[in-house]
Amino acid sequence: MAGLTQDLLRIEDLSAEFRTYQGVAKVLNQVSLSLRPGEILGLVGESGCGKSVTARSILRLIPEPPFKITGGRILFRGRDVLKLPSGELRRLRGNSISMIFQEPMSSLNPVFTVGNQMMEVVNLHQRVGRTRAREICLEMLHQVRLPDADRILGKYPHELSGGMRQRVMIAMELSCRPDLLIADEPTTALDVTIQGQILTILAELTRRKGVSVLFITHDMSVIAQLCDRVAVMYAGMVVEIAGVRDLFAAPLHPYTRGLISSITGLEEETDHLEHIPGVVPSLIDPPGGCRFHPRCDQELDPCPRLAPRLIPVEPGHYLACHLYPG
Amino acid sequence: MKTAVLPKGGLRRELALTLRVLSRNPSALGGAVIIGFMALMALTSGLLAPFDPITISLGDRLLAPGGVHLFGTDEMGRDILSRVMYGARISLRVGVMVVLFAGVLGSIIGAVAGYFGGRIDNLIMRTMDIILSFPSLVLAMALAAAMGPSLTNAVMAVAFVMIPKFARMVRGEALAVKELPFIAAARVSGAKDFWIIFHHLLPNCVNSVIVLATLVMGESILVAAALSFIGLGAQPPTPEWGAMIAVGRKYLMDQWWYATFPGLFILVTVIGFNILGDALRDVLDPRIRR
Amino acid sequence: MSLTPVIEVSGLKKYFPAAAGWGRSAGLLKAVDGVSLRINQGETLGLVGESGSGKSTVGNLILRLVEPDQGRVLFKGRDLTFLKGPPLRQVRRKLQMVFQDPQSSLDPRMTIRKIVGYPLELNRLARGREALQRVIGILDEVGLGEEHLYRYPHEFSGGQRQRIGIARSLVTGPEFIVFDEPTSALDVSVQAQILNLILDLQKSHGYTYLFISHDLPVVRHVSHRVAVMYLGTLVETAPKKVLFAGPYHPYTQALMASAPKPDPLKRRNLAVITGDAPSSVNVPPGCRFHPRCPRARPVCSQEPPPDLKVGPEHTVRCHLYA
Repeated sequence: MAGLTQDLLRIEDLSAEFRTYQGVAKVLNQVSLSLRPGEILGLVGESGCGKSVTARSILRLIPEPPFKITGGRILFRGRDVLKLPSGELRRLRGNSISMIFQEPMSSLNPVFTVGNQMMEVVNLHQRVGRTRAREICLEMLHQVRLPDADRILGKYPHELSGGMRQRVMIAMELSCRPDLLIADEPTTALDVTIQGQILTILAELTRRKGVSVLFITHDMSVIAQLCDRVAVMYAGMVVEIAGVRDLFAAPLHPYTRGLISSITGLEEETDHLEHIPGVVPSLIDPPGGCRFHPRCDQELDPCPRLAPRLIPVEPGHYLACHLYPG
Repeated sequence: MKTAVLPKGGLRRELALTLRVLSRNPSALGGAVIIGFMALMALTSGLLAPFDPITISLGDRLLAPGGVHLFGTDEMGRDILSRVMYGARISLRVGVMVVLFAGVLGSIIGAVAGYFGGRIDNLIMRTMDIILSFPSLVLAMALAAAMGPSLTNAVMAVAFVMIPKFARMVRGEALAVKELPFIAAARVSGAKDFWIIFHHLLPNCVNSVIVLATLVMGESILVAAALSFIGLGAQPPTPEWGAMIAVGRKYLMDQWWYATFPGLFILVTVIGFNILGDALRDVLDPRIRR
Repeated sequence: MSLTPVIEVSGLKKYFPAAAGWGRSAGLLKAVDGVSLRINQGETLGLVGESGSGKSTVGNLILRLVEPDQGRVLFKGRDLTFLKGPPLRQVRRKLQMVFQDPQSSLDPRMTIRKIVGYPLELNRLARGREALQRVIGILDEVGLGEEHLYRYPHEFSGGQRQRIGIARSLVTGPEFIVFDEPTSALDVSVQAQILNLILDLQKSHGYTYLFISHDLPVVRHVSHRVAVMYLGTLVETAPKKVLFAGPYHPYTQALMASAPKPDPLKRRNLAVITGDAPSSVNVPPGCRFHPRCPRARPVCSQEPPPDLKVGPEHTVRCHLYA
């Protein structure tokens, strides 16, 4: 891939598996992607594709006994996160790399007030007096457009709506000016009008502060609205990476095409929706070769035998498909 | 949101999966071995016991353990090992009957309370609370004394005391399960309330009931032994472990074996049930089963 | 499509006591506060709203899963509101529901044969071999086969489970089906399959649908008419094409504007409304939407807006058009 020294985050051939009672699920299969400073990369795929697993692996958040990384590297600013000693990894978390989740309740402690928790975060990174810390918190809430910031500091997490909690999370995670923000489906559980607000805030703040974003979602429309580049995942593999406009204008991978036509069909007055026949395969016993081949309408000879590698087919456009040999 | 428990395709496969998981859990194995041993002893006591547990042989009174009498003899000359083996049969039977009675009745009561809510729930659960507010042994004693000392009455007394445990637990599960959409779907399909309780609610509580049943079995054996110990349960010459300890107490100073062996067996059996119950709880937890 | 209303609902209200933690009661949650609507034979009414709008409660009220505090529900002219016992069970065969979460809408301890079959047996519509035949027939209609009969729900994918849920709702031969967010929990590629199925079934059987969803593009695809709910009341109702071509109510406009379009060339500011929806416990006076409305006027905070007809079959509840 181009720009080795420029990438903020670079995942190379990451493979991982998960032990379950039914067998070993090969959840990630040679996942590769890269994120440049200042860009918003969307990681999109349906359930079970491994996008969340990939994101959490960056911060080593998945407990290792049932989970195991079997190969590959995760380079953050050139250093392999997988080989970092735990002390350094801890320093990375919350400082250089921040993360927000789908359900903000899991990151907010229900027995402390919001103000309490925000001030704790502020004090972790800057030693300031109480008054100044409170001022900083109010400023943070203002940046995420939460009105009545004063009152909110005194509230407990369960007293706030989902949208407000998510905004508090964003404020907290951005307060230490990380280089990278990982957002794992932050708006999936929110109403569409609230989602609109959150996406706008996210785009604005990250651009302003120069924070790069890895945005994970299953919603292609959100990708279209927010992201600069997109990586599409299916059943543990990355199938296509491209700039957002290229991807929507001319998707190359049959899965990407199926995904996009499933939703654009809703926008037009079509009678019958395009859909991808079949179901997502089991990861314990995935199909050989290209994992998408059983559902692909353009299956070729090598597809069941040989897994296609992710190669550039056009500048900035990467594809893992036998239809387009590099 | 609670998700319903996922069985693995039918009872047989579910059993197979449970056994496979249990076999990897050392404490579960330990508990299972202990109980298996006790059960085996209970089943084969008729065949394998070296002596008849009831026949008196005054010539062999209070012999120390050794030789032909591995556990020694009691004040009537009866072989203690044989009596302990027959005692296993009694204790396990007590455990099973208490659990069956209390489990079935308690589960139904709890399911009804949880499903209907409101006043019915209140009435039922306050009654359960009253029963639970007595220490189980004390209440069992009172009941057994009122009914007259016999093993059967002891079983009934202990069962009565255990009912609220099942009721409370199943009620909790029912509260969660009744919110699940498939219950609403059943109502929309025209199912009556009691049909839903028996066909949807109770089957989905089975896993928790099994865990509780295992633990309660241990506890009931203990309580029944205690009742026999104070003379309210099994009557002589029945070789019930608790009754044996009661008599053996008098001889504890010089003939330690008399009370010690039955006591040991009670201890080990109850531990076995508790360990197995705890392991089962972990195994049957729906999140781990996936 | 004839013009007999299959379902007619008037003045439906449902208030829930609101818990405030620690067992204190904190007033009433006005989930549904005066909803009236009409669904004609063979048509699909899309009911759109965000969380807290009360749309799911409306579906539950029509099917009597929840008792209304006020109002009436009529099915083909027959008043369902106070039915109980056997007459209610009789009518239940005709009114069915498909739920949102495929995983928890099927009893994990029952085989598919039982799940789809027991409504038949409960209602004494068929037994034994005949029931089995009917189950197989319905499964075939939703795209599943005989080999699936004796399997358990967890052995199927989300989309397949949803098909099972649909099959269950069809087996008693209903006329009206409520779909409560049937595709929200499904992947996008599967969503298309299920929506196609729902529409095909309507074409071949003439079912009447109430399709509840928060997802505008999906509602647009399946509905003939659309009703928009906000905080317990209907704010706008119109035929689909009319509504999507030009919504009148500011909330409807905001809903449509905040929905991201799957086209990177059409980016715009999605933060169209400020603030969060108030809880249904503290319903704002006058027009419920006024605190967040970009076009609010003084009258909006004082008087509830009237229902106004602004076109054939098009009503709006807003002071702007008085």
